[in-house]
Amino acid sequence: MSEYTESEAAGQTVGQTRKRFFTFGDEASPFAPFALESGASLAPITLAYETYGVLSEARDNAIYVAHALTGDSHAAGYYSGEDQRPGWWESMIGPGKGIDTDKYFVICANVLGGCMGSTGPGSIDPATGAPYGLSFPVVTIGDMVRAQRRLIDHLGVDKLLAVIGGSMGGMQVLEWATRYPGRVRAAVPLATSARHTALHIAFHEVARQAILADPDWNGGDYYGRANPVHGLAVARMIGHITYLSDEAMRHKFGRKLQDKEAKSFSFDADFQVESYLRYQGQKFVDRFDANSFLYITRAADYFDLAEVHGQGSLAGAMAKTECDFLIVSFTSDWLYPTYQSKELLKALKKNGREASFAEIDAKWGHDAFLLPSPALTELIRGHLDKNLARARAGRG
Amino acid sequence: MRFDLQIIASWIENGSRVLDLGCGQGDLLEYLRGEKNARGTGIEIDGEKVQAGISRGLSVLQGDIGEEIKDYPRDMFDYVILSQTLQQVYDPLALIREMLRVGRKGIVSFPNFSHYRGRLQLLFSGVAPMTRELPYQWYDTPNIRVITIRDFTRFCAAGGFVILQSAAIKTYYKEETGEVLRFLPNLRASYGVFLLERGARNEN
Repeated sequence: MSEYTESEAAGQTVGQTRKRFFTFGDEASPFAPFALESGASLAPITLAYETYGVLSEARDNAIYVAHALTGDSHAAGYYSGEDQRPGWWESMIGPGKGIDTDKYFVICANVLGGCMGSTGPGSIDPATGAPYGLSFPVVTIGDMVRAQRRLIDHLGVDKLLAVIGGSMGGMQVLEWATRYPGRVRAAVPLATSARHTALHIAFHEVARQAILADPDWNGGDYYGRANPVHGLAVARMIGHITYLSDEAMRHKFGRKLQDKEAKSFSFDADFQVESYLRYQGQKFVDRFDANSFLYITRAADYFDLAEVHGQGSLAGAMAKTECDFLIVSFTSDWLYPTYQSKELLKALKKNGREASFAEIDAKWGHDAFLLPSPALTELIRGHLDKNLARARAGRG
Repeated sequence: MRFDLQIIASWIENGSRVLDLGCGQGDLLEYLRGEKNARGTGIEIDGEKVQAGISRGLSVLQGDIGEEIKDYPRDMFDYVILSQTLQQVYDPLALIREMLRVGRKGIVSFPNFSHYRGRLQLLFSGVAPMTRELPYQWYDTPNIRVITIRDFTRFCAAGGFVILQSAAIKTYYKEETGEVLRFLPNLRASYGVFLLERGARNEN
């Protein structure tokens, strides 16, 4: 427990955490380049990950938490005494919380292609000694999950109690459930979809174009010099618009001006919403690599569960699953609207699979899945408790 | 647990797969899980009740029962239950057909509108009956169907549904005790409970 325990108003915290690294496909492990869905291969691969809680003796309490587009392995807790910023899902993961670290062993890794410690376009290509840049192969959600499976093997977990994630994290949940049915007991896809739609792809394309149009992007070869910060910031601003909602924006900003009494009759950030987007954009470029953004958005765009696992049929893909699903959507989420969650539900029902579904009333748009929510906390808690009890009854 | 739910539970065999339409917070499902080792799913339209059900570790999905039931394959469940909801269903015939398609058996319970207290109110005061079981004014009732035990029996015969078992029960609204009536059930019972099978006419 760290000194943050008492200051954490929402409950207990896992306290100080440490980023770990797992590497495969190198000299230390049996050398086997990792074959990607594109046909290319990659080696070695490192995944940055964190764990919270303790793996039970029976190894039946492990939960994999999959992060969204720009998340990382730091899902809960704090890195050091000076680090005031908790992990991205601090409200859900911790002692006594929805994903209770007194009961469960929680694993979260940065995705393949990421820039927060896992192998990605900013990593050094051992063949050249320089960053991969655009020579990094395009990876898919399936590749990310296959790499995660290696990590789970490495940690000695045969069957995950649950895989949980929202948005692109939810796609990884769906991929886990269909690709490795015997290794997942419960699945919790939140605010997600079985495929990226034209609307999703369109927003990603505009965001990518902002990066590609930045002269500092330089064909992806910018490491060690000026980074395409303007392009990446605009890409992030576009993202933030899609994560909110009309109602959230009216509530949060309205037409309020930022630190001024009157309009400036210029192109300064007069409005609060402009200032907010600029701030989010600036904050993002400090922590994120533009090439990783290109690769990860591409992976999400290529995601189509039916195409990969069901020969075009979502019901066909869901027929492969064996786990107990909890699907959750949010009323004001127009990026991953409820109908997309209901498509998942329908495909599961057609196969007679067990599933729960709830639509939570929330005005914060797509962002809702990351914000503290008593309703979501209780749903996840109930679903995990049920499946842990089943896991233990099954053995007894 | 409500007395009509106790009757329903007594008809369900151990280890069954059960679908509860309009399951509320899942009282019956939880009972069946504990006492009958049943594997249950509930459908409920009220978001807060859905959340309460899932929070207690039940499988519940949020949605309209008439829509949600359509996705299931035939014979998916051993029992499909519709308890005290029939009087609010827009198309009862279609719903009961669906129940008996996805389930081998169906169980339906409803408040008996021909209970003598309601009849007396209508006869003597000339106003639409209001009772503990049906505590609504004509303008705020969610109940769009007036059903009696005799009506439902005729309905089953007309639809080709086979009544395997039935119980006319006398119990107070939401109470846990009551009795099963044999004498003048359509007059004295506050609720009717029926166990149905699809019947030869509805096989296809």
